[in-house]
Amino acid sequence: MAFYDGLFKTFGMSNWCGEKSSDAPMSMADLLAKSSGKEAEGEFFPFPSLDNLSESCSSIIQSRDVTKGIENGFLAAKPALKNVLDPITQPLSWMLDGALWLFASTPWFIMVPILVAISWFASKSKPVTIFVLISIMLLGLVDHYDVAMQTLSIIFVCTSISVMLGVPVGIAMSKSDRLQRSVVPILDLLQTLPTFVYLIPLIFLFSVTESKLYGIAIILYAIVPVIRLTDLGIRLVDKDVIEAANAFGMTSRQRLTGVELPLALPNIMAGINQTIMMSLAMVVIASLVSAPGLGVNVLRGIRNLELGVGIVAGIGIVLLAVILDRVSKAALSRVDMTHMKH
Amino acid sequence: MTKTPKVSLRGLYKIFGADDQAALEHVKAGLSKDDLLAQHKHVLGLQDINVDMQAGEITVVMGLSGSGKSTLIRHLNRLIEPTAGEILVDGEDVRKLSEDGLREIRQTRMSMVFQKFALLPHRTVKQNAAMSLKVRGMDEATQDAEAMKWLERVGLGGYENHYPAQLSGGMQQRVGIARALTANTDIMLMDEAFSALDPLIRTDMQNLLLELQDELHKSIVFITHDLDEALKLADHLVILKDGAVVQQGEPQGILLNPADPYIEDFVSDINRARVLRVQSVMQPITGTEFAGDVDIRDNLESLIGRSEGDTTLHYRVTENGEPVGELNMRDLVKALVPRLSSTKS
Repeated sequence: MAFYDGLFKTFGMSNWCGEKSSDAPMSMADLLAKSSGKEAEGEFFPFPSLDNLSESCSSIIQSRDVTKGIENGFLAAKPALKNVLDPITQPLSWMLDGALWLFASTPWFIMVPILVAISWFASKSKPVTIFVLISIMLLGLVDHYDVAMQTLSIIFVCTSISVMLGVPVGIAMSKSDRLQRSVVPILDLLQTLPTFVYLIPLIFLFSVTESKLYGIAIILYAIVPVIRLTDLGIRLVDKDVIEAANAFGMTSRQRLTGVELPLALPNIMAGINQTIMMSLAMVVIASLVSAPGLGVNVLRGIRNLELGVGIVAGIGIVLLAVILDRVSKAALSRVDMTHMKH
Repeated sequence: MTKTPKVSLRGLYKIFGADDQAALEHVKAGLSKDDLLAQHKHVLGLQDINVDMQAGEITVVMGLSGSGKSTLIRHLNRLIEPTAGEILVDGEDVRKLSEDGLREIRQTRMSMVFQKFALLPHRTVKQNAAMSLKVRGMDEATQDAEAMKWLERVGLGGYENHYPAQLSGGMQQRVGIARALTANTDIMLMDEAFSALDPLIRTDMQNLLLELQDELHKSIVFITHDLDEALKLADHLVILKDGAVVQQGEPQGILLNPADPYIEDFVSDINRARVLRVQSVMQPITGTEFAGDVDIRDNLESLIGRSEGDTTLHYRVTENGEPVGELNMRDLVKALVPRLSSTKS
């Protein structure tokens, strides 16, 4: 006798509910109660949840049917989705594999000077460049050079793709309020969805052996700030300057490339900085789905309780994060300087 | 005068709001600005503007803030779309232009100077000055040469490689003027161009503008809220109030014969001796004895100085050396007292 029996009777829905069949699926709690020889005694006033209602009326589905339904729906849609997504995302796999190969096969005595040179040209700052050199050397000293390069190559590819996709989307959003209204909730969703949740549907769609699996997860997570800040940056451009551009008869393309993008550049660069940081955060989690790099060592530390391995890898990630942050921030402030020379 | 006007506005209306055409009917039926806002949530920007702006003249549109003067000037190059009416530039209706035609007219026939300068902060002074030529796709050598020529002309030679933020407000506005001059358009729109500058620099800039105008004879539309500035610059003065023209005409005429209490209030505070010229108070020649000759364009202040306050004197008025009339110091003193406003008690 379940709590809600009376309710369905009062509404005369007993017929619709159907006979209670004795072989109806039982909950774990029921099974336990049965095995301990007691009849399950219901709570005084149970929450009208699907499971509780279904005890009184077997036509009502149980909660596990909901999760089952989602899974089935996803599985049913999988072939079609895979047919579309697979070819589109295939280049991502190639790029990731290519970058991993390139970073790994370039000998360290070439790679390190290249990285130092890049940080010099981006930041034009001696302290930052020296810091980059020392950090990489430190990582190499504890034999973490290879894994650090793997992480770096993944970030390099994912950030580049995020910028290439994110900036045009941000521009389009800044031009259309309607588009902005529809995209912002998606960005909010991407930003708040727990990072592990990204991985679940992706694992269903793609094989864990494909690098695009983690590539997509990282890009989805990291693309948000560059879109947001491109949109914001263009919207914040001084209305008077835009008016002047119009008054002198600029075409919308001239206005975009000559006025809006240059003036939005500091904001866009801040977005790129955030994108780099977020892809670094995600690349660690993505080691759960076979992303190579420092994250694998962190994972090993957790799984095997190898404290030292985990901590050294963790510090390596921090070093990479600081390097990337300082270089991109220095580049950002350099852009700011050319804007507002006083 | 039978000149065809350079720019003329015919029955121009602007109503801000979602359904401006419906609101236009109400306004034409006589609904006031306040009632329109209260009853229909639409803002009346301009109503029934009819102004002719002559070629080679400075037309000053003056009004207090909220009178619609900045809205008005933005209609000339259609930065703001009118609700109704015609905007004729050289007889051609700007409203009928296609997007390309409009861009063409903005590039080659009208340039604009802004209150807040609106320079590109990431470009140098020279690049800013050359902006209009770059937009038109001219080659770099021409851009440079033209920009340098006008920067020199406005007194900014040597600053071409600075960035706008490195310059003072007055210098930034000189760049703004050079940018407009480089465009080489015959119409220049100046939206409160000097209002953000401090008084001394403002006087400098007004003199610069008059000097340039003597040389270039552009058709300038100048917006200001400052009556002294308006009287100094204007060949033709248009006074706006609540989006409508209250009086327009030759500035001295407006000063001596204000059409309504609003303008009387306006003109009562200014230094009339400095603004009024001999021309406005002279009489036909009757006497024969004169204390001396004065030019028709002299202002009354200089004459008071010359006469040392003696009101019994008579002066002969000359234009280009020819005698054209006489000036009675008594008339001069009378002209200095504003007609008392009927609203004042």
